[in-house]
Amino acid sequence: MRLERRERTPRLLLVAAPLAAIATALVLCSLLIGLAGAPVLAAYATLFQEALGSRLGITETLTRATPLILTGLAAAVAFRARFWNIGLEGQFYLGAIAVAALGSGEWGLPPALLVPLLLLAGALAGALFLLGPALLKLRLGVDEVVTTLLLNFVAILLVSLLIEGPMKDPLAFGWPQSVPVTEAGLLPQLLARTRLHLGFALALLAALAIAFLNARTVFGLSARAVGLGTPAARHAGIPVGRVLLLTAMLSGALAGLAGAVEVTGLKGYVTTDLSPGFGTAGVIVAMLASLNPLGVVPAAIFVAAVFVGADAMARAHGVPSFIADVIVATALLTMLVALFLTEYRVRR
Amino acid sequence: MSPVLELTGITKRFGTLLANDGIDLTLGQGEVLALLGENGAGKTTLMSILFGHYVADAGTVRAFGQVLPPGDPKAAIAAGIGMVHQHFTLASNLSVLDNVTIGTEKLTAWRSRRGAARRRLVELAERFGLPVDPDRRIGELSVGERQRVEILKSLYRDARILILDEPTAVLTPQESERLFSTLRGMASQGLSLIFISHKLHEVVAHADRVAVLRGGKLVAERPAAGASRAELAELMVGRRVVHASRVPLEPGQSLLRLDKVRVEAGGRRLLDDIALDLREREVLGIVGVAGNGQDALSRLFAGTAPQPAGRIELLGRPVARLDHAGLTAAGLAHIPEDRHHEGVVGDLSLYENAVLERIRDRRFSRLGLLRRQAALDHAAGLIRTFDIRGAEPTTRTRLLSGGNMQKLILGRNLVEQPRLIVASQPTRGLDEGAVAEIHRRLLEARGNGAGVLLISEDLDEIFRLADRVQVIFKGRLSAPLPIEAASEARLGLMMAGEDGDAPRAA
Repeated sequence: MRLERRERTPRLLLVAAPLAAIATALVLCSLLIGLAGAPVLAAYATLFQEALGSRLGITETLTRATPLILTGLAAAVAFRARFWNIGLEGQFYLGAIAVAALGSGEWGLPPALLVPLLLLAGALAGALFLLGPALLKLRLGVDEVVTTLLLNFVAILLVSLLIEGPMKDPLAFGWPQSVPVTEAGLLPQLLARTRLHLGFALALLAALAIAFLNARTVFGLSARAVGLGTPAARHAGIPVGRVLLLTAMLSGALAGLAGAVEVTGLKGYVTTDLSPGFGTAGVIVAMLASLNPLGVVPAAIFVAAVFVGADAMARAHGVPSFIADVIVATALLTMLVALFLTEYRVRR
Repeated sequence: MSPVLELTGITKRFGTLLANDGIDLTLGQGEVLALLGENGAGKTTLMSILFGHYVADAGTVRAFGQVLPPGDPKAAIAAGIGMVHQHFTLASNLSVLDNVTIGTEKLTAWRSRRGAARRRLVELAERFGLPVDPDRRIGELSVGERQRVEILKSLYRDARILILDEPTAVLTPQESERLFSTLRGMASQGLSLIFISHKLHEVVAHADRVAVLRGGKLVAERPAAGASRAELAELMVGRRVVHASRVPLEPGQSLLRLDKVRVEAGGRRLLDDIALDLREREVLGIVGVAGNGQDALSRLFAGTAPQPAGRIELLGRPVARLDHAGLTAAGLAHIPEDRHHEGVVGDLSLYENAVLERIRDRRFSRLGLLRRQAALDHAAGLIRTFDIRGAEPTTRTRLLSGGNMQKLILGRNLVEQPRLIVASQPTRGLDEGAVAEIHRRLLEARGNGAGVLLISEDLDEIFRLADRVQVIFKGRLSAPLPIEAASEARLGLMMAGEDGDAPRAA
């Protein structure tokens, strides 16, 4: 058996690849569900019924998908230019804590402008947190995978320090959480009696904006050229360093925005368990979407649905809810195989 | 004479491309067979099947009467087939001896039998006239010496059939002569050889028999003695190729002048006090064996090199730094040596590559927004004007053939009517038809008043295009010679670092 590079990839295959990957992942994970002693089909039925079978379920899934779309875009943008930003989680928390710091009502910011100011601050905080690794890579060639990954821990510990100390909410009965964002700084609901908030619409807009940026702007073409062929981009006179720096800033800003949106739209304050792994899941979302910004939306919704539905599956069938992590991780692996098979064919 | 090697009905398909189409080929003992064909004719595929790197869709390979199992390079080696690749597969930090013996001993062996291995290597080297020092590290050897090690490596593994893939591509004319006399000696001792080539003169001069491949088919087999180069060229290309001829022109004013220009990188001096003067309406050839500083010279004009020391005048004005914007503004077009790596981004569309170098130009973008339709139209124009085949503006650039890719790279530059063209190896690896087309375009630009700095390893190309020639050796440039005063022998000596003026030793 050997692999041969495909001359061209049929469009159908590009659409079929993620679907086949997800199907394969579900089949593989059914072994584990069976092992846990649950009826496989009924368990999956419960999962998707909970996540997508009711108005409440759908809105919960979309609420969960909101930060995932943004971190997924953050990863897609960076990876497209071959800048491996693995620090989405850290940038997410920096965005969140910046919102909590500015939104407490102490600073006398104009209430009418508070929401945009807070979102901007979150994005800026995320971007700045990535500035160090980006400059280290460009100036000294330091591997950004290592620096961004390690800065995640720095970010969590920094947040922990702040919410245990200077930013601790005195009314929280001693729980480590930040002072809440004032009413004027919160995002409005999109639908009554649900938790779905304006952040979801913002995330969709961001996906459209990134898609436009990629396809229709000088910056987008430059970033793609750098990612797909750095030497040729440099030869064509594209300022490779500047493009990479801007790309990194955009990626950090999107991850920071995810944190800001999660605080202003859903939680209202910051704790150290604000993110159940939105950063790492963002990488998976981006890969499931094969780095296509519009593909990030369905990919994020799929991942969110698995997480939302897994709890119901756990209650109904006694399958540990960790299965959600396993399904998503397996989907990443099968997606990588599927992507590979869109580029190569297997021949005997 | 029974054949030592027998290929029957070899067929291999890659997708829709028929790379080998029912090829029958035999090789006799002690025979030197030349496999002639353009790029993409299927030579390398055929040899890869023979050596077990690919599995044929149909057909069999017999060596010494035994059918070889398909897709098994180990079986091919065991049957006595050795392959010398165009890009050497040697470890540069190991000694000659280590490179030759590597992989021939069991990993679990208690001790290495180096003494015996050394005796065997020395004995082989002597018998076949391939002198090397077993203890030198590969990194210290010249290209010609490395090639000898590659050959010895095959002989050490008891190869009785040797396949050489474009063996002279990296050699000076003199080194090539020496190689062929060695190969002849090996054949007279009973070894059988196949060498792949697209250079007609060496095929006619050094092979017993020539097999011509075209479009995956074996189109002709001839005894080399008496074969005409014109006929072989026509067989190889499938039609008559008409080469543009250079008409003498009076050169104009100086476009580019370098004086005592020096480039250093990592403590090594890549260009050492070079001087040149390129004028309007002339082609200045820079010829040399690969790796003597051509890359650094070419990069000077790509705007991606470390900044040089020395005096540089562009269009008569001294310039302090050579950056992309300044060079482009001066009307300089740069054709990089490695078109896949530097010329285009393979996974972008053709139209995106067509405008990438001038993406900030008002024609192709406004306020940071791409003018996609304008770029598509521009690409369509290039395709028409420069006869880029099998492509549309939205085609993924990677899918173009080498010749068409080079037409795109040259075309997007020529359409801007450059005053100065720096072209590095512009026709390397292209088929004859594309070579003729690229040459015609370069001469046309010269006729329109442009100056062309042609960096090439191909003497035929230099003789065909250049008005004057300078030889590059170890980062130094010789004084310019009018092309009429340069002969292949003289340039060959200069390329090997000898003084071309000195009387030749008999």
